Amino acid sequence: MMHVTSEDFIERSKRAIDDKQLQTGLLIFGKIFPLLREATAAKLPEFEELRDAARDIKIHTLQNLGTYLEAFEARVTEAGGRVHWARTADEANSIVERLCTEANAKNIIKSKSMVTEELELNDHLIGKGFNVVETDLGEYIIQLRKEKPFHIVGPAMHLTAGQVSDTFYEAHKPLGRTEKVEDKAKLVEEARIVLRERFKNADVGITGANFLVAETGQITLITNEGNADLSATLPKKHIVVTGIEKIVPTLDYLSVFLRILARSATGQETSNYVSLYSGPRRDRDADGPETFDIVLVDNGRTDMLGSPVEDMLRCIRCGACLNGCPVFTTVGGQTYGSVYSGPMGAVWTPALASVSNAAKLPNASSFCGKCEEVCPVRIPLPSMMRHWREKEFEAHLTPAGQRWGLGIWAWLGKRPALYRAATNLAGIGLRLLSRPRRHMRMVTRLPFVGGGWTQSRDLAAPTEPTFLSQYKEGRRR
Amino acid sequence: MTDRTSATPKRVGLFATCLVNTMRPRVGFAALKLLEDAGYDVAVPPDQTCCGQPNYNSGDRASAGSFAESFIEQFSSFDYVVVPSGSCASMVRVHYPRLFDDGDPLKAEIDALAARTYELVSFLTDVAGIANVGAQVDTNITYHDACSGLRELKVKQQPRKLLAGMSGIEIVEMEDAEVCCGFGGLFCIKYPDISGEMVRKKSDEIVKTGADAVVTGDVGCLLNMEGALARRGEKTRAYHVAEVLAGMTGDDAS
Repeated sequence: MMHVTSEDFIERSKRAIDDKQLQTGLLIFGKIFPLLREATAAKLPEFEELRDAARDIKIHTLQNLGTYLEAFEARVTEAGGRVHWARTADEANSIVERLCTEANAKNIIKSKSMVTEELELNDHLIGKGFNVVETDLGEYIIQLRKEKPFHIVGPAMHLTAGQVSDTFYEAHKPLGRTEKVEDKAKLVEEARIVLRERFKNADVGITGANFLVAETGQITLITNEGNADLSATLPKKHIVVTGIEKIVPTLDYLSVFLRILARSATGQETSNYVSLYSGPRRDRDADGPETFDIVLVDNGRTDMLGSPVEDMLRCIRCGACLNGCPVFTTVGGQTYGSVYSGPMGAVWTPALASVSNAAKLPNASSFCGKCEEVCPVRIPLPSMMRHWREKEFEAHLTPAGQRWGLGIWAWLGKRPALYRAATNLAGIGLRLLSRPRRHMRMVTRLPFVGGGWTQSRDLAAPTEPTFLSQYKEGRRR
Repeated sequence: MTDRTSATPKRVGLFATCLVNTMRPRVGFAALKLLEDAGYDVAVPPDQTCCGQPNYNSGDRASAGSFAESFIEQFSSFDYVVVPSGSCASMVRVHYPRLFDDGDPLKAEIDALAARTYELVSFLTDVAGIANVGAQVDTNITYHDACSGLRELKVKQQPRKLLAGMSGIEIVEMEDAEVCCGFGGLFCIKYPDISGEMVRKKSDEIVKTGADAVVTGDVGCLLNMEGALARRGEKTRAYHVAEVLAGMTGDDAS
């Protein structure tokens, strides 16, 4: 089961809001990426139709998931690769460990993969004595800092150059790099130099996959740094670890996703590197790995099929819902206590962990609907967060005070005379608590749960009896 | 032919909503005025209560269904139901049909009632065909797009069109007008720190425009922004769009 610490969500969110540096880092997600996304989307007249097509392809594929996965396995096998099926995170980690052990591997390089974060594969392999190094710049930085990804696309984008400089200085000192580098370009250069040695000495390269193509048995790797291509081609052994929902039927269909992924994620028309791989090196190939293994991970995904959160399996991990989310862009990804954060994480996490573990996440949304508006595959994220809230309510996990309040409210809803009396009383009570301020009467401090309101704002008290009571007495205008 | 030119006036049931009823009754009277001026026969069913959104969004689906049943009893006899709130209108129009399975005896009725239910301003423009409300208010305003109306009911240009048609009004658009103000119903008291930060950002954008008032279509969002602006000592006022369109923005505090 995925390691989730969402119960501390509220505490961590307070710290995140007070962290000025973090708030500055969040601007790239909350402001810049959405602007870039809109601008690139606007240049593509068929963008909205592509989103419809992408949604429909995913729906069709999920309805025929077994068929396409078997076709994929057959093509991979034909090309000399091997497919391994992993029902759980433990199974997936054991398979990867076995493959590495069989190859007498010591040094493993990895390119960015959210599925391996979900599996906590690095911890597993390092625990078994392997040397595992992330090669995506952001992932490399957070690995050195022992942090979880901040965002599914930009795992370290919340950090400043100064923080990265400190991290590199400490981590690279033992490698003989004793001069502290501060300039951004030089920091990138330093990472390239250090990582180049890792690439050269690696026995195994582990990558994820953005898409799997059933028609051809190919995996797709999409990056801006090219590190995934080095991970896939330099070591003798290439292991792909990915989720079963990444499959698309054909190359034609893949092209639809290639046109919306980067636009939705970073506002680029396309990412810098888009590569397709199938099977190990053939005799006539100049380079490539000697073995090609694909670990297809279920880890809760088939349980989502046929459930009210099935649509979540359409997700292509672009991060647009995180960037659009006013909650994510206020608290950042690490606040969620799950590798998947923001709206998509609030739906995935309870499915992969449990409702009781992750209850804070689907509740931490104002249901503004921006996530659904920008999702390239049109996942109804708010509806699915509401689904988890319903599961929480059914299981009596909703806080007692809230349950009680909702019960009273529903009871009043069926008793209009009492409802009117209660709203009249509420109005009178607020007026009593209020004080004149300029042209209005303001309540500055409310008791009980109302304290949540007056913590950061006043409440304008009503200046007249309720609408229904005045209407009943004959007022019309 | 629009509704206004038909022989017998159509009957509109006004669903006031809890927050208008309790916190800002004037919005209800403004809605009455606007609908009557548009030629409708308007009534306020006395036994209306809540749309049930607090329960629905808290996972209490069964209670939400019973609110919907009460709503049918109160409003099914009207030609239209009009709501001075995008959020409560959307609860009825978009979400009520999802509360009833296809086999439910009330399914056909709720679907039909949902389709006859409108948010106030979009009803005035899109159904009543109103292009100008004829009121005057001398002020410059900025408009906040409340989320449910914007995204679930596509209310965006309608209020701007009617406001821009009033004499004396200038609209100054704020940055991020479509970003949530942080109200979110119970969200604002369940996550007060996050909500407080969201409305702080929103207040910054409102103040930056230099507008005299922020105008929006939902009393929840209105109270949130108004309260945050007041807390930091800003002079900026907050109005429901119906108050402005009906020319009912005068001070009446005592």
